[in-house]
Amino acid sequence: MTTETHETAARRGAPDWLWYLGAALAAAIWWVLYSQLVPFSEWVTSFFPVARHSHTGEAIAFFVYDVPKVLLLLTLIVFVTGVLRSWFSPEKTRAILAGKREIAGYPLAALLGVFTPFCSCSSVPLFIGFVSAGIPLGVTFSFLIAGPMVGPVGLGLLFGLVGWQITTIYLVFGFTIATVAGWVLGRMGLERYLQDWVRELNTGAVGDVPQERLSMVDRMKIGLEQVREIVGKVWIWVVVGISIGALIHGYVPEAMMLRIMGGEAWWSVPAAVVVGVPMYTNAAGVIPIVEALLGKGAALGTTLAFMMSVIALSLPEMIILKQVLTYRLIAIFLAVVSMGILATGFLFNIIM
Amino acid sequence: MKNVKVYGPGCKRCEATEKMVKEAAARLGIEVDVEKVTDQKSIAMAGVMSTPGIAVDGKLVHTGGLPDEGKLDGWLSA
Repeated sequence: MTTETHETAARRGAPDWLWYLGAALAAAIWWVLYSQLVPFSEWVTSFFPVARHSHTGEAIAFFVYDVPKVLLLLTLIVFVTGVLRSWFSPEKTRAILAGKREIAGYPLAALLGVFTPFCSCSSVPLFIGFVSAGIPLGVTFSFLIAGPMVGPVGLGLLFGLVGWQITTIYLVFGFTIATVAGWVLGRMGLERYLQDWVRELNTGAVGDVPQERLSMVDRMKIGLEQVREIVGKVWIWVVVGISIGALIHGYVPEAMMLRIMGGEAWWSVPAAVVVGVPMYTNAAGVIPIVEALLGKGAALGTTLAFMMSVIALSLPEMIILKQVLTYRLIAIFLAVVSMGILATGFLFNIIM
Repeated sequence: MKNVKVYGPGCKRCEATEKMVKEAAARLGIEVDVEKVTDQKSIAMAGVMSTPGIAVDGKLVHTGGLPDEGKLDGWLSA
């Protein structure tokens, strides 16, 4: 096995030490760039013929500070997550969950949902793989909710843009919603609302997928591949999200924000969910908006509800799941998760 | 003639994987019949939970992500 990995490495040309050196160098460059964000953004803003503290000046400063910042953070998070996730796979997760008692299954599924790599394009085979292995439907839902809701990209950006306190609150409540919503859905006995062919499906003993041995350099290659793919795909959402954030930051008066999204406006929580669900972007696009909203005095509960419904519930995912779930089951799923989000929103608007 | 199945609902990476398999086979001078499986039901039935997946002569050898080139050569020439 060792000789084989050495041979592949040799054929590629880049020896292992070069990879480690490259990683160290990249980390150093990253750190230098990240520490220069404020002077860089002020320097760029000074080229625009507008007063620094005018509406336009504020919006431009927000934009030129946040774009490089979010892209730097995103690159780092995606790389680290890609490397970490190379130790996990849906097959391993299934093996762990299949042997667990139901009650321990919910939190465990939510936890594994965060670490298991899966893209929405394979959520149908994954769903079937879980259910056919005897993993309860509710536990499978816990997994599917936690994946996007408390994903590392969202948490990392939230930490970088709004600080650890709100990140912790988000993590705790996102995790709780995934666990409790899965449990509630499991209690409801919804198996009869699966599509017929899924219920009749019996994959039997699914053949073991051979676990490929990976070296540390292989894992770094996976991380890099993830950066190329994900950053290449979401940068446009980042720019759009930050543009909206910049407009809010520069132009929306605080009094208006308080009236619409302040703690007094109780209806703003359900409104945030109704607006958030059909909005399709990813965590990287919505968090700059969250940053701007909070900066203008939007209530924490309302903002959390907005963020959670944008990230965790998306129409494209529902359309993919339509292949295995009936409309009725999708509606129940949406309702239960939305209730959890609403409860979180109201709770924080009351206690803050 | 080896039968290679590439499992994936048609995402970018699945197409890239198919291309990699064909290129590797051409490079190694191995005759292969590459079959793309895009139906979700068939993908799930084959035990693939993360796409793309690769099976050589009915045996699943890889799931999730692009395959490593060195390993791909190994599977094809085995």
